[in-house]
Amino acid sequence: MTENLTENKTVFGFWVYILSDCFLFATLFATYAVLHGNTYGGPGARELFSLPFVLAETLILLTSSFTAGLTLLAAHQDKRDQVLAWIGVTLLLGLCFLGLELKEFAQLYTEGNSWTRSGFLSAFFTLVGTHGAHVAAGSLWMIVLMIQIGRKGLTDGLMNRLMRWSLFWHFLDVVWIFIFTFVYLMGAIN
Amino acid sequence: MDLSSLKLRKARTDSPGLVSYVSGFAISIALTLAAYFLVVQYAGSGGAVLDRSTLIFAIVALAIVQLAVQLIFFLHLGKDSKPHWNLIVFAYAALLIVAIVAGSLWVMYHLNYNMMLMPPAEVDAYMIDL
Repeated sequence: MTENLTENKTVFGFWVYILSDCFLFATLFATYAVLHGNTYGGPGARELFSLPFVLAETLILLTSSFTAGLTLLAAHQDKRDQVLAWIGVTLLLGLCFLGLELKEFAQLYTEGNSWTRSGFLSAFFTLVGTHGAHVAAGSLWMIVLMIQIGRKGLTDGLMNRLMRWSLFWHFLDVVWIFIFTFVYLMGAIN
Repeated sequence: MDLSSLKLRKARTDSPGLVSYVSGFAISIALTLAAYFLVVQYAGSGGAVLDRSTLIFAIVALAIVQLAVQLIFFLHLGKDSKPHWNLIVFAYAALLIVAIVAGSLWVMYHLNYNMMLMPPAEVDAYMIDL
């Protein structure tokens, strides 16, 4: 009973953290919305971003959110090897996503369109970069979880951590839906 | 194995099922592709099917539907939270986020207009007739 209660409390506490993280993203989205037209004579979203590339990123992250769910499902069925396999798949997809994002950033940077180019690009790099930093943190978390589950198995403490990590990972995909819509799709229309 | 951990393991078995994740995944992919192809079609043909404002409304609506789908199918919000605290905190956060974003945009888009060093009639003439 007490253990169940603490489990609920820590997951609830983590949920509150996630919602507070939403405020961070909300302010960055608002900043981007204000600055997205301020290109200072430089290229705008329409010239800079490739939609098929971003669709690939989106589908990779969406799939990783799904495999994160499968990880939790396997954990609830006490299947340790399956849990490790699904975290591995999720980690791989997360790293693919990060690789693509870094490739996009590197290309923008080398073409002279870094965050110093215009207000629009400052807002873009801050918003998308903050999301990318969260994905990197989630990936690091997965590596730690894999090591811990490999050593100790699915203990109650690790179940608890898995639940919090899956909340975090789903949350990152939800934020990305809005980056995909407001930054990339809207950018192509303007 | 003591009683408390037995209870925890029992709680694990009645967790949300595979169906929930698979359907959430399928619907999310469909919504993503729908928004993507609407925009590609618009950019390609120069707005033959949907005009710009309808298109913007459509892709924002698709994003909000996908948000709801993922909250329900992936995060299982509102399903098992007995005291409903998860849901209450979420609703309050959503309210504040809307206030922050909408309020910021409202202020920023009216900034030039309201901060001019001329009376309103001259601002209108300056900004609209320019």
